[in-house]
Amino acid sequence: MLRILIAFCLTIIATTARAELDIQQVTSPGGINAWVVEEPAIPFVALEIRIRGGGTLDLPGKRGATNLMAALLEEGSGDMTAQEFQTTLEDLAASFTFRAFDDSMQISARFLTENKEEAIALLRQALIAPRFDQDALDRVRAQVIAGINSDAKSPNAIASSTFYANAFGDHPYGSSIDGTIDSVTALTRDDMFEAHRNALVLDRLFVSVVGDTTAETVGAMLDDLLGDLPAEGPALPDDVAFGLDGGITVVEFETPQSVAFFGQAGLKRDDEDFFAAFVLNHILGAGGFESRLMTEVREKRGLTYGIGTSLVPKYHAEMILGTVASSNETIAEAIEVTRSEWERMAREGVTPEELAVAKTYLTGEYPLRFDGNADIASIMAGMQMIGLTPDYVVDRNSFVEAVTLEDVNRVAAELLQPEGLHFVVVGQPEGLESTQ
Amino acid sequence: MKRLFAVLVMALSATAAQAEEVTTYTLENGMEVVVIEDHRAPVVVHMLWYKVGSADEPVGASGVAHFLEHLLFKATDVLESGEFSATVAANGGRDNAFTSYDYTAYFQRVAADRLELMMQMESNRMNNLRITAEDVETERQVVLEERNQRTENNPNALAREQFRAALFQNHRYGVPIIGWKHEMEELDLQDALGFYDLYYSPNNAILVVAGDVEPEEVLALARQYYGVIPAEDQLPVRERPQEPPQRAERRITYVDARVSQPYLVRMYLAPERDPGAQREAAALVYLAELLGGSPFTSALGQALQFDTQTAIYTNASYNGSTLDDGVFSFSVVPADGVSLSEAEAAMDEVVNAFLEAEIDPARMESIRTQLRASEIYALDDVQGLAQRYGAALSQSLTVADVQEWPEILQSVTEEDIKAVAAKVLNRDQSVTGWVVANQEEAR
Repeated sequence: MLRILIAFCLTIIATTARAELDIQQVTSPGGINAWVVEEPAIPFVALEIRIRGGGTLDLPGKRGATNLMAALLEEGSGDMTAQEFQTTLEDLAASFTFRAFDDSMQISARFLTENKEEAIALLRQALIAPRFDQDALDRVRAQVIAGINSDAKSPNAIASSTFYANAFGDHPYGSSIDGTIDSVTALTRDDMFEAHRNALVLDRLFVSVVGDTTAETVGAMLDDLLGDLPAEGPALPDDVAFGLDGGITVVEFETPQSVAFFGQAGLKRDDEDFFAAFVLNHILGAGGFESRLMTEVREKRGLTYGIGTSLVPKYHAEMILGTVASSNETIAEAIEVTRSEWERMAREGVTPEELAVAKTYLTGEYPLRFDGNADIASIMAGMQMIGLTPDYVVDRNSFVEAVTLEDVNRVAAELLQPEGLHFVVVGQPEGLESTQ
Repeated sequence: MKRLFAVLVMALSATAAQAEEVTTYTLENGMEVVVIEDHRAPVVVHMLWYKVGSADEPVGASGVAHFLEHLLFKATDVLESGEFSATVAANGGRDNAFTSYDYTAYFQRVAADRLELMMQMESNRMNNLRITAEDVETERQVVLEERNQRTENNPNALAREQFRAALFQNHRYGVPIIGWKHEMEELDLQDALGFYDLYYSPNNAILVVAGDVEPEEVLALARQYYGVIPAEDQLPVRERPQEPPQRAERRITYVDARVSQPYLVRMYLAPERDPGAQREAAALVYLAELLGGSPFTSALGQALQFDTQTAIYTNASYNGSTLDDGVFSFSVVPADGVSLSEAEAAMDEVVNAFLEAEIDPARMESIRTQLRASEIYALDDVQGLAQRYGAALSQSLTVADVQEWPEILQSVTEEDIKAVAAKVLNRDQSVTGWVVANQEEAR
């Protein structure tokens, strides 16, 4: 019945630690693929499901439908109302979370070994037979609208939403997955069923299971859990270009500290220069206290509590994004220093010492991530989503090690655009005005 | 449902014996050592907890405990400024620190074979800081920006600060951990060093090491690095100003244009977990769950979010993990068209009805089951376990208290809950806070 395709016993080797991880790749009788790690030490199981699509599948005029649908999966299904469902879940001492993101749905479950059949049956009911009762829809809709109202008065949310709107316009990336008050107010039960039908489909679904279970039993469990989902869903949207030029956009908001959300175009996850860019970004702005931006903006000048940047390769667009917050009187200086570090990095690149230190950290830190059932399940589902194979966990550090100084510095010159960097600043920043 | 339930209880009791493996020692200089073993991954968490927090600060120097925490990443006699974190990173690890009312803790998460290096550096900065006036100037700006980010830019945090200041009439729990802004602006080198010299000593510290380690090896390293540091003989007895009998309820309206949605909070003084006396605290855990744990099954959630559409959010919470008084609180976000006074009246009605009715035995059993299961899930997070011991021991609890807590939780009865509810839900010991964007919403 069950085919175990490959069983990897993987040893992640770093200069500082080795982590053993036995990933078994299984295909269920019904054809559902999963990665499984057996970890019997603690009597529970972590299950992680990701489905590509997410909020980008919202139909025209229905912005927020996928998000609201996801929030309603815990609000009644089968013959249970929301309260009956939750009472049963609490009695099992299990936990389920259902969330929609821009590009994916994420379903995480945690349940005890001794009642796993009951927990899986309950999860199946939520995924396959949600009710979307009108009273639940209205109740959760009010919570979503409260969140939208709150975002409208949050400097951080205003900054990111302004940035995305200007960068992506009408593409789903250009607006919040929560939708607008108007779009959410207009959503109906039929819209929920339609969003459910479109977002929870088998042909772009990825599963990982970690904990007190066996690879032999996972296949049947997954057929039971997911087998009744539709085989496929609607086409995903087209890719979109990052449409924001360099400059500054100031959004006036009465608050003592200005927050800046900044970024420029990035590169794809499967770009051959991805690892060079990854190391570069670590040195520039992702490396905690040691990054150049933290050193210059916080440690030397005391202008902020924190500044950070990250590579953001989404499915349909790529960016390098960052955030920094500083008093209205000092945000201009913080931005000037950031831009000048961007420019210095593009011009000079990194030093051999910086590269060596970054590699030691990045390769040493990697095995430390695999230290809990839920963490491992989440990492493995994420890997499958971007098309990696289990042996990536072994090879990944060699990809980091293979990055040369020439690679990093070439990528720094090609990728970083000090003139292309756009800052959205929310607050009452002194000495800053919007550019055209 | 019923059948499933019986099976569950039987099965769970079989695993209840499972617990973390903990070994404890005390060094000759008075430093406590706790080792938690978890051999699933070759990782170790090294945490040093000082039994001093913001509630131990001198009057007028609020924020100095947290400010000092920042300064501990500067130079020592052998480490350059920033070298501590850089060394942890160069070894593939992460480090950070946090300050609370009752403790200040420093931690690193690294490969297990790097434990000795962590101990070497952490023990070095217990006594050998070399802070400069320039460090103080720059880092003061950093903590002020931290306050801006966490508090000044956040109307909910500002409101909470006002409510706590009113709830505690004499205790330093009424002063924010990060400090009042005007006092933070005046913190200087002497404030930081005075605090450091007195409180950063082995007889005021707890070492917690959790992960892929052997207890004897940890003990040997701890003796080598921490055991040689002399105890501080001037360490003051930890007696902080306590609350007087509180005789009148307090009401506050916090107005801030940045508030998007009016809401109300009610905070009560509540007993905390005490050594050998955790029963009332355990009953309060149940009380919070029953009144406002889950929106679907709690009394407030059912009445205000399901039976009527009075609220879009309800909650009850209890924090008894404190050295002195804890806090029990409710919060309610009214639905569109419901005023704060209507929401507050509805909330009080639900709480009063709860006090008069019998507690549903099925709900009690469900909470017991979830608490028992949470102990199993907790084993998946060794840093969480380390934190549990470090926090408890710095708040005067013992290892035995920590280990008895799950069983005490299992033994809570309906009578315990009723008794503690009658004692704690006393408006004379409470603050009711309304948070609004403008005066028109305060009705």
